[in-house]
Amino acid sequence: MLRVIGKRLALLIPTLFGLSVLLFLWVRSLPGGPATALLGERATPEAVARVNELYGFDQPLLLQYFTYMGKLLQGDFGTSIITGRPVLQEFATRFPATIELSVVALIFAIGIGIPLGYLAARHYGNVVDHGSVVLSLIGITIPVFFLAFILKYLFAIQWPILPPDGRQNPRINATHFTDFYVLDGILTGEYDAAWDAFLHLILPGLALGTIPLAIIVRITRASVLEVQNADYVRTARAKGLMEKTIRSRFILRNAMLPVVTTIGLQTGLLISGAVLTETVFAFNGIGSFLRDAIFELDYPVLQGFIIFIAILYALINLIVDISYTIIDPRVRVQ
Amino acid sequence: MSNILPPAAGGEATPATAEPTLSEGGGTGLWKDAFRRLRRNPQAIAGAIIIGLFLLVAALAPILAPYGGNELPGRTEITPINIPGPGELPEYPLGLDRFGGDVLSKLIWGAQASLMIGVISTAIGLAGGMLLGLLAGGLGGWVDSVIMRFVDILLSVPNLLLAVSIAAILGQGQYAVMIAIGASQLPIFARLLRSSMLSQRGSDYILAAQTLGLSRRTITMSHLLPNSVGPVIVQATLSLATAVIDAAALSFLGLGGGLPQTAEWGRMLTYAQAELASSPYLAFLPGACIAITALGFTLLGESLREALDPKTRQK
Repeated sequence: MLRVIGKRLALLIPTLFGLSVLLFLWVRSLPGGPATALLGERATPEAVARVNELYGFDQPLLLQYFTYMGKLLQGDFGTSIITGRPVLQEFATRFPATIELSVVALIFAIGIGIPLGYLAARHYGNVVDHGSVVLSLIGITIPVFFLAFILKYLFAIQWPILPPDGRQNPRINATHFTDFYVLDGILTGEYDAAWDAFLHLILPGLALGTIPLAIIVRITRASVLEVQNADYVRTARAKGLMEKTIRSRFILRNAMLPVVTTIGLQTGLLISGAVLTETVFAFNGIGSFLRDAIFELDYPVLQGFIIFIAILYALINLIVDISYTIIDPRVRVQ
Repeated sequence: MSNILPPAAGGEATPATAEPTLSEGGGTGLWKDAFRRLRRNPQAIAGAIIIGLFLLVAALAPILAPYGGNELPGRTEITPINIPGPGELPEYPLGLDRFGGDVLSKLIWGAQASLMIGVISTAIGLAGGMLLGLLAGGLGGWVDSVIMRFVDILLSVPNLLLAVSIAAILGQGQYAVMIAIGASQLPIFARLLRSSMLSQRGSDYILAAQTLGLSRRTITMSHLLPNSVGPVIVQATLSLATAVIDAAALSFLGLGGGLPQTAEWGRMLTYAQAELASSPYLAFLPGACIAITALGFTLLGESLREALDPKTRQK
């Protein structure tokens, strides 16, 4: 098991190496080069020359690359142009918000998606089935930012039962030490603060979770449909096993493999959805920070973020592979 | 949002295999068959009607739209606290936006912009991806390894973020958006074509062609490629939906360039944010247009996948 993990992590190295080369070249090919990106378009040639010298942009490319890699390996992702603080520190303070949001989105997507997909397959051709197929089609084709608008309009403006934006009511004077607002509230015993932070997560969480939900419904449905007519299910029935046992141990368990893959893939994709969702809900997480970084061409942030995401992606895939061995013993043998 | 369907959904694993037809002329059987199947599928018809309608609106935009795309005919009618909505002024049936633009005209011109961006960016991704896939699948060896590692690197970053990074280099503007989205779709096409070609390689008809002494180039181009292209075509149709959504997302984020009042669905949504409470139609109309267009391409793409799938074709 450990060897498999080690092997997979080793395979990650060439990809990350290639990515770092691409990112390095990416910054060098920005319009006007990195100095202009730092100083803005109206920088004087003298200022550009000074910055080039200061940051070593005038040195040979290969040397620049090694300097950059050396810093990267020490965890130095550079300094954000917008805020002037280290990129890694910026990530650390903003990621908890996005993780909270993603967790809510995933709980929503998985908690509804798997049962709905399963029910649709069990009642194949039925109203439930058709309904779930139509719903998942809508979920797939609706742009996440548009859905965010609809939710915000309906539940924060038309019927103001939920907060329209932000992470927490600023009037609540809550203590924060982990930057996970809900967790902070629970740990400090400020339950009203935790509850308020949770309410702020619902609408963006629903918006963000809808696409994964739609995809999980479809995959679960397709997978259960395929499995429930398999020979071993027929055999289990013939043996006279209880329907409950057949459903949980034979159908659902075997149908879960593609679903787990999908959940993993979708978790990785949540981050691009977060950029859009957080923008609509003025939710101060990594997504809205990234949006500003895109606008200001804050390349150290973008660069660091892409590497970070690539690693996260790979780790999620690894977790998916490991979870296979738990669900399906056949994978373990190989 | 980027990857509409995960690879697990099938299609990729079961490339549309043609019956091994040795005679070149009869090779259209698969597509003819697929087309016949499509015509009987209500889902495909619905998709085709939606797309047809949007194509029509896009093509006839100069005739259909009462005003030009970037014109601001209602500039004098709006005040910061009052933007006339749908039906309030007879000359602007769907109301005005905050710049004084006619919403109906902008939606019509927006159809043109969205379809153009969607089609061109998918064409870029398709052409680039097929070229890479063809080189990798056709030549094999180190070319294959190098290309596939490159594709892996691109796939290690979420689609939308990849598109955003590329758009950042190219600067804001419509062409930047097209190239960025095209490039972000390229890896999927490359991978699909390669894996489809690899799965065909061991087929009997390839062996037959080899025994006949045909050159590797002829085999690759006129036997392997036509028989491997099915899943790629399916993906291209589905990618059109993604491209329309992603294009809207990029211009929603402000990477579209041009004037703020540009008639583009994603852009209209950007500026709808501030007026969501007073004029929700400014967000709902363009948003619905994006969703319906994407729905059309998705319906058609999925029916095409079904029509080409050897598993369902038997029935």
